[in-house]
Amino acid sequence: MVSLWRKIWKTPVVTEPFINSDAAAAIEALTRQVEAAAFARLGRSLHIRQVDAGSCNGCELEIGALNSPYYDLEQFGLHFVASPRHADCLLVTGPVTRNMADALRRTYEATPSPKIVVAVGDCAQNCGIFAGGYGVVGPVSAVIPVDIVVSGCPPAPRAILAGILAAMEKPR
Amino acid sequence: MLVEVIIEFVQTLAVALGAPLLVGFVRKMKARLQGRRGAPVVQPYRDLRKWLAKDVVLSENTSWIFRFTPYLLVATMLLSALIVPVLTTHTPLGFMGNIIVLMYLFLLGTFFLALAGLDAGSAFGGMGSSRAMAIAALAEPTVMIAIFAIALRAGTTRLDHIIVHYSADGLLVLNPGHLLAFVAFFIVALAETGRLPVDNPATHLELTMIHEAMVLEYSGRYLALIEWAAAMKLFLFLTLLANLFFPWGVAPSLAPAALVVALVVLVAKLSVLATGVALLETALAKLRLFRVPELLSGSFLMALLAVVSFFFVA
Amino acid sequence: MMINETLVLKLLNLTLFCFGLGALASLALARRAPAARWTGHMLALLGAGSVGTLAVAGLAGGTAHWTLSGLLPFGGVVLGIDRLSAFFLLIIAVGGFPASLYALGYTRAYESRHSLGAMACTWNLFLATMTLVVLARNVLTFLVLWEAMSLVSYFLVLTESDHAETQHAGLVYLVMTHAGFACLLMGFLLLAHATGTMDFAHWRAATASLGASTRHAIFILLALGFGAKAGVIPLHIWLPQAHPAAPSHVSAVMSGVMIKLGIYGLIRLGFDWLGIGPAVWGGAILAVAAVSAVLGVLYALMEQDLKRLLAYSSVENVGIILLGIGAGLLFQAYHLPGLAALALLAGLYHTLNHAAFKSLLFMTAGAVVQATHTRHMEAMGGLIKRMPQTALFFLVGSVAIAALPPFNGFFSEWLTFQSLLLSWQIPARDVNLIFALAIAALALTSGLAAACFVKAFGITFLALPRSDQAGQACEVSWVMRAGMALLALACLALGIWPVGVLYALQATIFEMNGAYANLYFDWKTVVANPPFATVAPLLMACALAALLAAIPLALRLRRGRTVRRYYETWGCGRALQTARFEYTSTAFANPFKRVFAFLYRPIKELDIEFHPESRFFVRTIAYRNEVRSVFEEALYQPLIRSTQWIAEQARRLQSGNVQSYLLYILIALVILILLAR
Repeated sequence: MVSLWRKIWKTPVVTEPFINSDAAAAIEALTRQVEAAAFARLGRSLHIRQVDAGSCNGCELEIGALNSPYYDLEQFGLHFVASPRHADCLLVTGPVTRNMADALRRTYEATPSPKIVVAVGDCAQNCGIFAGGYGVVGPVSAVIPVDIVVSGCPPAPRAILAGILAAMEKPR
Repeated sequence: MLVEVIIEFVQTLAVALGAPLLVGFVRKMKARLQGRRGAPVVQPYRDLRKWLAKDVVLSENTSWIFRFTPYLLVATMLLSALIVPVLTTHTPLGFMGNIIVLMYLFLLGTFFLALAGLDAGSAFGGMGSSRAMAIAALAEPTVMIAIFAIALRAGTTRLDHIIVHYSADGLLVLNPGHLLAFVAFFIVALAETGRLPVDNPATHLELTMIHEAMVLEYSGRYLALIEWAAAMKLFLFLTLLANLFFPWGVAPSLAPAALVVALVVLVAKLSVLATGVALLETALAKLRLFRVPELLSGSFLMALLAVVSFFFVA
Repeated sequence: MMINETLVLKLLNLTLFCFGLGALASLALARRAPAARWTGHMLALLGAGSVGTLAVAGLAGGTAHWTLSGLLPFGGVVLGIDRLSAFFLLIIAVGGFPASLYALGYTRAYESRHSLGAMACTWNLFLATMTLVVLARNVLTFLVLWEAMSLVSYFLVLTESDHAETQHAGLVYLVMTHAGFACLLMGFLLLAHATGTMDFAHWRAATASLGASTRHAIFILLALGFGAKAGVIPLHIWLPQAHPAAPSHVSAVMSGVMIKLGIYGLIRLGFDWLGIGPAVWGGAILAVAAVSAVLGVLYALMEQDLKRLLAYSSVENVGIILLGIGAGLLFQAYHLPGLAALALLAGLYHTLNHAAFKSLLFMTAGAVVQATHTRHMEAMGGLIKRMPQTALFFLVGSVAIAALPPFNGFFSEWLTFQSLLLSWQIPARDVNLIFALAIAALALTSGLAAACFVKAFGITFLALPRSDQAGQACEVSWVMRAGMALLALACLALGIWPVGVLYALQATIFEMNGAYANLYFDWKTVVANPPFATVAPLLMACALAALLAAIPLALRLRRGRTVRRYYETWGCGRALQTARFEYTSTAFANPFKRVFAFLYRPIKELDIEFHPESRFFVRTIAYRNEVRSVFEEALYQPLIRSTQWIAEQARRLQSGNVQSYLLYILIALVILILLAR
């Protein structure tokens, strides 16, 4: 344990400053479902529930990286939670498969308003390479209303972060 | 009398408003220890404000117990804050209860939270309730024996009197029984407030949850109240640890200068304890649920040794 | 204020008249069940009310002495009242009055199946014999009434004797109560023989001069006898069988009141009849109490049968009461009369409280059982929506029995804790350590009791109904609810305003021991051993209520427009939400089962029957995970086996041969003549 603490002591803060430049290009903002005033209620705090609607887990790896010290999404007041009841934002990945369509809808319904849906990855945007598959219902927007789309296969963590932050700041 | 009562309410307000800051501080320290920048220390306030403004989604299965519990939790914590000497030992409402009353007020909150966990009929909530009650029940003997150890040395169970008595004792921290009781109470405080290694407040995995599993169904203002109450519980437990075991600095009178000193000292003591909690949470993994009884029986043994040392050594 | 002796006698006559008339009238009206039900239970209600008045008169200082010399040999029937008797009369009234009210509605379901005349008659007799037991003032009166009380309650337990389970419960009850009676008989005869008097009043002065071994023998025999009635471990086995088998108003009074008469006997024994005893007695009571409290609640936690759970929790609460009484005996042995009185006061207060909340819980459980037609908790659930008032009453009882503020269980447990904490004043280190363990036991008990009643209330009343019966349950009749409401109010009142009872108890203990408890109290605060510990239950309850009102108001001021929406329970998006997803009672208790596996020694069996073609298809799964009763296996089974073995050996004597019987008579005669020579 002493060596652990020694290592903790030696390691500096590794979080990189966030520069919102090139990554912003990959973000596509859709029409808002809720009026701007509702979003002002969220303030600088956003709890995120991630839903894997049928992804290949490529996007999940990138989302997982957001929790790492390098990207540290907590510094922006973002936080992953386990229950949609606690969440303000659904982070949906993958094309929506038949098995997950109902679950996705239920998760959306279980989330209290005001809420934001961020579709992450090409599959969530337009089903990507899975388009036309027999098990695929369609993109996320075919099942629940989507506010922000972050494209990429998979999108870089920075792009995802930019997408979530855009969702927070967009209405103002 | 009036001034004293006002100061007591100010004290309660300090607990109510300071609690989220403490939680933010622990999180910030943990982030720093993990090499992260971390959320600003005021983040818990932002979360609370947001939840208060959000809509509420309730389960169709729930009853009034589910809606009543958050209010009760906050009410018990505020009532406890009236009893605990936070800044001064002049607590005119302190006669409302001694340290045992305080522990039973906490248990009242746990009792209703466990009921609320069962109320929605989800498997997660029931699991959380069952585990929370198991840990609360197994922690109870340690709590009481630690209280016994404290009461033996102080000759009283009134919180204000204990602090007054202890602050007169110069060799207090050199007393092994006192330190054993402190360690025992510290472990219990970790268990009761749902910190590592008993429960992980930052977990996302339902199957490892205890406190989080019970509140999985809460949203909006109910969630805000529950998180606020949990923060106050942490604040009160750390304050108890700080003021009962290291009683210096707590204002013996209501002089403004003494109160300011008390505030500064309290902030310093709480920062040290919170840093300790953050260090532990960084260095330790969560225990398996069925290893927790071993931890708690270890703490029980330490409390018992504290009692034994009083009878046989002192 | 002096209470006139004739007033007390009149009240006693009124009480006996009500119960007697109730018993006779219900028998006379046995043909017409509704009439028998109403008359019998109304008169029982009046009688119980009159017992309450008698108790108040007794606690206010009224005394009376009543002798009927012709009725029994050895001094006749002698009755008398002092404050301790009056306090237990109060307990009988607290349990008996609401239970009679409740019975008015509850026994309606029995009309078609059982004789209401017999039920109401035995109910009246039960209350009457209990009243008389605490008034009895000599050996024979006491024993006759004690036996009558046991027999009458045995008949009440057997009300539903068409179930084999009930018959077995009745048998166990009968055997245990008579084993206890045998101990009492021997103890009383020894005591009467040693002191030369059958009169209770003379014992205290006479026992002081007895030899140590006689005193020990008397204490052990009588403590065993009273302990068996109180249901302390290991003499408890009848309790979880007999109490659930009886109709619920009977279980309420048996659990809430009747077992307290064992406590009454122990208090008389330890504080009155034998005077100040050695520390060993107190230590033994304390140890038995700690074991009863912890094991009682641990077994309660494992129960799936709602009424058995409550019965085991009675074992636990008797343990808590005896912790106070044992501590009192120890303090007395070390000549600390103020603390002895404090500990005894805590025990007595808990006795009263337990009468209130356990009767309440048994009544609510009875209402639930009547509405759902099952005692099995795994078939309940969701009843808070179907039976909202019963649910509230059960919740009050649960919070009270879990010793949580602001209800009454909290206050008496707090007092018990203080008296145990004050044990450092005893100048003996080994005793100090025993007390430390007793504190730990009480703390563990209270934590486990909280868990147990989270389970009892949560599984029974919350979430979704687990069976069709539970889904169709209806609220019970208003009379039953009125009975429960009375007790719920009593639980609150005893918890937030203990002053009245404290006054009465101080006077009671002073009368018996000549010392007041180290306890200061006024209308708002109670201070144990000033200034060791303070509590202000009334202010605390008010503050809690004020905060509960203020927080929603404050939120309303601050909050903008937010909407409350109902949606299904979050289950990770799964499609179907049924009661099968709920946490069960077994699952809730499982962490405890694993932690305390050394005690429960659970049996785990998993039988999977596979499809003959492939192991991947399962036909049936049978899972059994049961807790074994250590006491039945390790203590009672060997006892029963050895008794049977002795009986079989004895059977050899019974050859059926007349000549050998004549020989036995001859031998017996010769021995007698030799002895009598």
